[in-house]
Formats: sequence, structure tokens, C-alpha cells
Amino acid sequence: MTSRAPRSAPTQRVRVTSSRRGASAPRRRTATSALVEQTEVGELYLRGLLRAQLRLALAVLGVVATTLLGLPLLFAAVPATRELHLGPLPFPWLVLGVLLYPAMIAAAAVYSRQAERTERRFADIVTQER
Amino acid sequence: MAGPLSVGTIAAVCLVTLGLSVFALRWARRTSDFYVAGRVVSPRRNAAAIGGEYLSAASFLGVAGLIYDQGVDALWYPIGYTVGYLVLLVLVAAPLRRSGAYTLPDFAEARLESRAVRHLCSVLAVLIGWLYLIPQFQGAAFTLRLVTGAPLWVGAFVVLVVVVLAVAAGGMRSITLVQAVQYWLKLSALAIPAGMILAVWWVTQGPTPEVGVGWTQPFTGRAPEEHHLYRTLSLVVGLALGTTGLPHVVVRYYTNPDGTAARRTTVHVLALLGLFYVFTIVYGVLGRAYLPVLDAGVRADTVVLRLPAEVVPGLGSDVLTAALAGGAFAAFLSTSSGLAVAVTGVLNQDVLRPLLGRVTAGDHSEVTGFRLAAVVAVVVPYAVSRFFPEVPLAAFVTLAFVVAASTFFPLLALGVWWSRLSVHGAAAGLVTGAVLATGSLVASVVLGPGSGWPAALLAHPAAWTVPTAVLTAVVVSLATPHGIPRTATRTLVRLHTPEEITSR
Repeated sequence: MTSRAPRSAPTQRVRVTSSRRGASAPRRRTATSALVEQTEVGELYLRGLLRAQLRLALAVLGVVATTLLGLPLLFAAVPATRELHLGPLPFPWLVLGVLLYPAMIAAAAVYSRQAERTERRFADIVTQER
Repeated sequence: MAGPLSVGTIAAVCLVTLGLSVFALRWARRTSDFYVAGRVVSPRRNAAAIGGEYLSAASFLGVAGLIYDQGVDALWYPIGYTVGYLVLLVLVAAPLRRSGAYTLPDFAEARLESRAVRHLCSVLAVLIGWLYLIPQFQGAAFTLRLVTGAPLWVGAFVVLVVVVLAVAAGGMRSITLVQAVQYWLKLSALAIPAGMILAVWWVTQGPTPEVGVGWTQPFTGRAPEEHHLYRTLSLVVGLALGTTGLPHVVVRYYTNPDGTAARRTTVHVLALLGLFYVFTIVYGVLGRAYLPVLDAGVRADTVVLRLPAEVVPGLGSDVLTAALAGGAFAAFLSTSSGLAVAVTGVLNQDVLRPLLGRVTAGDHSEVTGFRLAAVVAVVVPYAVSRFFPEVPLAAFVTLAFVVAASTFFPLLALGVWWSRLSVHGAAAGLVTGAVLATGSLVASVVLGPGSGWPAALLAHPAAWTVPTAVLTAVVVSLATPHGIPRTATRTLVRLHTPEEITSR
């Protein structure tokens, strides 16, 4: 788009429309977000954040996968575990019916707290940089 | 059976659902209110809403039915339904919220800047939504028949009418409130009768299940040619990864105020689901004890509704059955409305709004489009459910999970974590996953149950369709670096940057 029309030509109307789709209003850029999104330092920090979060995510997923895929393999490979009893309760029912649920909740809580901590540390570094 | 009382609770559940929706209509003034509940929902209530929406016919009736039928091996279903949220939490909860996407197609477009991928996602989201709606209608049909003797189409029709009215009247805002109430309603309707049945069983020294080793011990109930271990592993993979790609689950994340709240919401959801599923086991096990055999042609899915009459005498059983029937209808209604809202949103944005715009030259209200879309979203699966064969509810919804895991899971996981995902790669992954998953499920239905590897691989395809889809997306992306959206890095930054920085 040109900012100045040639002097001789009659002023033409230029239609100005937004090509934005979606509902969100344009966000005002702030000093911090500019630092984060545009400078090399910011980019470096962000790559660090991304990597830390991914490492955490994969660690949790690894534990979950080992447990959930390991239990069927255990029952299949070691038939004795199928008829194991803990007190009056059969081991497979106890683990699959009850114990796995608090374990999943605990894993979720630990992950959530850890992810928040990583983000807070990152935010502190970025604001100090400013 | 306990006719009049059950009809009373079912009617009450329907009326309360409708009443809350209409009541909330007062606040639903602008189109954005219809969609997003104004984003003022706390994690706790949002978690109850997610739980309320997620616990469907399959959870309320189907899980107990499968445990009744298969014993310990069926316990993997509720575990899979629950662990899906752990995967969702770890991989996409906060980034998905930060993407600002309302539906899965929104996310695809925001991340990849491609209208083509968006349309592909729209088709898949509608397909998965409809696949998930069919068992809800079937559950409603046989529940109403069981408690009143009404013909099969009536129960499903009741759900259809209530859902269309509720969604069209209130949109998302009312639904959030309604869903949160539905969770507690469902939990009470399942847990209180379970407690009473257990107490009666204890006091009267009731029977214990007389079952074989195949029912009590894992992997002993089936012939070796059925490859039971593979089936179980594949089932867990499909359920665990499928939750992330369910259209009605993703929509809920938009109502969290920020990424941190999205994570906290998910932790609450896991607790609420675990609490609920532990009670379903009571029905499965005591069902075996009191109802050693079901008559031919009786669905195992009805065992939850049949148990009170066997255990508690007289009026007590009528009251408990009525509570369970009401809870079951709460399950059908809440899941169906959640799915209907999700499918409606997609249909409205991607089909009806452009279509109406062309027909009326832009001279229509957006709310009209939303309401029209709501009708289409619900009537189609209702019609299909009338002709679909009867499959155990919990097994039926697994189909939707498998398709979601093979299509949207790779898109979301790679989209959130991998900046080199290209438009071509994403599209190739979606198409490959969709074709393989739907193809093998259709083949498995057409060929019927069988033994040997082909039958096992087709009946539980997630273990090979999901890796294939992910691999296709990665390989094609690496081959088409020009297809990486220019803003990929910036988008990824936005998805992972805490709000306290971007909004400072």
C-alpha cells in the first residue's frame, strides 16, 4: 500500500479491511512479550522452557506407559501373579480396580506442580532481564 | 418393573436439564456467550463439568455391564477412560488453552494456517462426535424400555428433543452449569444405591459370585488364538490417547481462564473420574453374584438397572431403580449435549454459516445458524442409531476413541511440541489415521468376531494405526519443509509461554 498518492491523480479511496478471522481482539504488545518473542536471548530462554517442559512430560508418560503396559505383560508372563492375594483381596482386582486411580491422580498432581514451577522460574528470569 | 417412579425421575432429570438451559438463556445475549461461557468458570466447577459431560452411557451402564460379562479383564476400560486425561494433561492441556482454539479445527487452523487442514478436521470432528452419540441414543432406548416397556425409539427420541432444546436455548454457558450439576447427580445416583446394595448384601450375608477362573484372573477367559494380551494393550493405547482428540473434551478447555487453570482442572477431573469408576465395580461384581445368568437377548449393559430388584425387596428396589434410571438419563443427556455443542460448533462455523451467508446474502442472525446446526448435529446420529446393531456400550464408544487417537492425537501432540510439522505432514497423518482406523473398524464389524491375528488387529487397531499416523506425519513433514507455516516458531512460543509474561 502506498502512503502518498501522485499529486496529479484524484485521491482514490482505499478500502481498509482486516483479514483477521476469529474472535480474539488484537493483543497489545508489551515490552516483556517483545523480548520473549523477538530477541535472540528471549528465543534461547524459550527453547530452554520448551525443552524442560517436554522432558517433564516424557518422564511422566514414561512412568505411565511402563505401569499400564507393564501390568498386562506381567499378568501374561508370570501366571502366579494372576492368583496372588493380598489379604482376602485378589491382587489383580485390587490394583486394576482401586490402586491405579490414586496413583494416576498423584502423577497428575506432581506433574502439574512441577510444570507450574518451571514456568514461574522462567518468568522470573525473563522479568529480571528487563 | 419400577415403572411410575422411574418415569418420574427421568422426567425430572429432563425438566431440570431444560430448565437450567432456559434459565441461562437470560445471560446468553451475544454469540460469544453462546460459545464460551464468558470464560469465567473456576477449575473446580469446570472439572465437574468435564466429568459430567464425559461420564456417558458407556460409563454409567456400560462399564458395569462389561465387568459383569468379562470380569477382571474389563477393568481396563475405566482405567483407559481415566488415564486419557493424564495424557491430555501432560501433553496438551495448557498449550491447548493458550492456543485460544475453541474447536479442534480452530486449533488446526491457528497452528498450521491452512483452510484445507481445517476442513479435514471439521469432517473428522463431526464423524467422531456422531460415532460417540450413537451409543448414547441406544442406551436411552433400552433404559426406557426396561423401566416402562416403551418401544425402543421413544427413549432415544426423548434425549434428542431435550438435547436440541437445551443446546439451542442456552449454548455453552448453560451447558457448563448444567454439566457440573450432572456430575454430582450421576455420582449420587450411582454411589448411594451402590452403598445400600452393599449394605444389604453384607447384612443378609448375600451370595458371592460363582464364577470361573476366566472371570477372576486376567487373561484366562479366552482362547489363546484370540491374542488377548495384544487386544488389552491396544485397547489401553486407544483409550489413553483417544481422549485427547475427542471433540467435546477439547471444547471444555476453552472455558479455563488460563493454561495453569487448565492443568488444575485436569487434575480435579482425574479425581472425579476415579471416584466414579470405583462404584461401577460394585455393580459388575454383585451383579454376577445375584444374577448368575441373564436370559437370552438381554443386554449385559442393563445389569446396573436390574440389580436393585434382585437385592432389595419391595418399595426400596423401586426407589433405587428409579434413582439409577434418572442417573442413567443424566448420563445420556449430559454427554449428548456436550457432543451436540461440539458438533454444532463445527457444523455452524464450517458449513452452515458460509452456506447461510450465501443463501441470505449475509442477512441472517448468527444465532439462527447455531440453532439450525444443533438440530442437524443431533438428528443424524439419532437416525443412524435406529439401524445400528447392538454392541456393548463400553465397546462401542471405544470406536470413537480409536478414530480420535489415530487422527487428532498425532495432530495435537506434534502440533504442540514439534515446530517442523508441515501442512502436508499434518494432512497426510490425519488422512492415514482416519483411513486405517475407520477401515479396520468397518472391516471388523463386517467380518464379525473371529480369532487369530487378523481379527485381533482389526478389532483393536490403535496399537498400529496411531504409530503409523504419527510416523506418516513426521516423514511427510520432513520431506516437505516448504510446507512449514512461517509463523510456526512464534505459535509454539505462544503455546508454551505462561500468561503472566504475555499479559504483563
